[in-house]
Amino acid sequence: MSRPTTNNAVQAAPTVLSAQGLVMKFGGITATNNVTLDLHQGARHALIGPNGAGKTTLINLLTGVLQPTSGQIILEGQDITDLAPHQRVRRGMVRTFQINQLFDTLTPLETLAMVVSQHTGLGGKWWQALGANRRVIERCEQLLEQFHLTEVMAQETRVLAYGKRRLLEIAIALACEPRVLLLDEPVAGVPAGEREELLQTVAALPADVSILLIEHDMDLVFSFAKRMTVLVNGTVLTEGDPEQIANDPQVKAVYLGHAEGELEGAAHG
Amino acid sequence: MSVDSKPNILLASRRWRWWEVVLWAAALASPWALSSHALIINEIAIVALFALSLDIILGYTGIVSLGHAAFFGMGAYSAALFAKHVMPDPLVGMAVGIGTATVLGAICSVTIQRGTDLTRLMVTLGVGLILMELANKLDWLTGGADGLQGVMMGPVLGRFEFDLYGQVAAWYSLCILLVVFVLARRFVGSPFGATLKAIRDNRLRAMAIGIPVASRLAVAYTVAAGAAGAAGALLAQTSGFASLDVFEFHRSADVMLVLVIGGVGWLYGGVAGALIFKLMQDFISNITPQYWTFWIGLFLVVLVLVGRERLVRPWTWFSAQKNKTGGAA
Repeated sequence: MSRPTTNNAVQAAPTVLSAQGLVMKFGGITATNNVTLDLHQGARHALIGPNGAGKTTLINLLTGVLQPTSGQIILEGQDITDLAPHQRVRRGMVRTFQINQLFDTLTPLETLAMVVSQHTGLGGKWWQALGANRRVIERCEQLLEQFHLTEVMAQETRVLAYGKRRLLEIAIALACEPRVLLLDEPVAGVPAGEREELLQTVAALPADVSILLIEHDMDLVFSFAKRMTVLVNGTVLTEGDPEQIANDPQVKAVYLGHAEGELEGAAHG
Repeated sequence: MSVDSKPNILLASRRWRWWEVVLWAAALASPWALSSHALIINEIAIVALFALSLDIILGYTGIVSLGHAAFFGMGAYSAALFAKHVMPDPLVGMAVGIGTATVLGAICSVTIQRGTDLTRLMVTLGVGLILMELANKLDWLTGGADGLQGVMMGPVLGRFEFDLYGQVAAWYSLCILLVVFVLARRFVGSPFGATLKAIRDNRLRAMAIGIPVASRLAVAYTVAAGAAGAAGALLAQTSGFASLDVFEFHRSADVMLVLVIGGVGWLYGGVAGALIFKLMQDFISNITPQYWTFWIGLFLVVLVLVGRERLVRPWTWFSAQKNKTGGAA
């Protein structure tokens, strides 16, 4: 909370998610070393770093898949370090997956109706029909529209094009009404033809949702993020706004080689 | 695209289709229309109900079980004991059978929440064997290896006496099957049922969207146990007898077979499978009493190699495999 930051505009917004001094040791290996990260209300925060920097471990710590060796995770003022993954979801922290994790035999409509029902407290209802609730259906319609899934809503998920599956991956997370959304490489593997639709959808995510983006795609990172954290060897190398990061000599050193030009090009272009 | 078309898509799958109504009407009329076959109709209804209960966990939740006979047996013995010692009314006995099997299911549901499919398979198998041994050893209560004899049933609803030809029995079993089927149909088509399918399709993601996976599995397992108990109670009540056979491993294996024949994840799979399995068993064992399992085995191999979709569409056997569209459900 008390970390000094140079950007006053960002600091004005309250902190929603705060990781404090997170340490994760696997035997003798320290995968996450004293990571502190604050996510502000409505943040567009990117987490970047070379392969093996510990991005996935950090996601798993935040979502509760892994228990940290030490450190704390605070969500909206409450300590959630000891909560199970599904309890964190109920408190408003939801993630997407780098590799699609979908429900193959359900249609997008059924999937979203199921998720929305679950999050409006209808998940335990066994007598009512799925889709009998007007509010659930209206929310599903919004989501299908927003994620360009309306025309494929009645097809089984397993037959959908990859780009549509990627959109559904994010739609499921948004159907959980998150206050904090962790996007794990949302455009990974999406063919060029379907990319634009996905980028626009990510850019149009609701402004009040605080987003932490983990991404290798520098175009997306620099067009999306207002703030960035660079992770190297499990440690936070630096944090700042995109321009600072692009011009940071340390970051350049890490991304030395072809990526250096990519960083600058993306920042200025 | 219109506002009202979307809820209709979801609700349409819940509507009863014409062939379903015809099917159930035919089934309920069959004890009278085919009165000389009432005994086998009764058996089919019981196996169908048992397979239906397995479909709830195997087809809709993805729990593989080789010990489902534990709940069947529990229902059978408690219904028989209740009729013998407390009161002979079938419907009250049915409620008791369902109740005890449900309680047993709730207890056993703890054992299926961890581990992989293989460990779960072993645990369910183990529970089935334990119960059979218990029924064997507690002979003061269960009659041990001789079975529980002298169970006299009262008339259904106080009016319909069980007759020697099994007509009332068949009708009673079909009615219970229909009631459980209607409830199961509601159950799997609800938001709750949808979360079960989500767990079956992708447990990791189900957890990541906040579904309490463990408790959902427990409820599904308990409900399926109760339905299996109903099937067991039917067997005991309509045969007036309960023996260790109800807990036997082959019962769990047979019901799995029935479901494989009829198709999982489709409530009619149990009904169709029971019909085919029982009729085949009856027909073949009349011709060759010792080797009927050979033919059932052969049928299974053909079913798996050709595929259920194509097997029921003989006209596709010799045409090119281009229009393979799945649409059983």
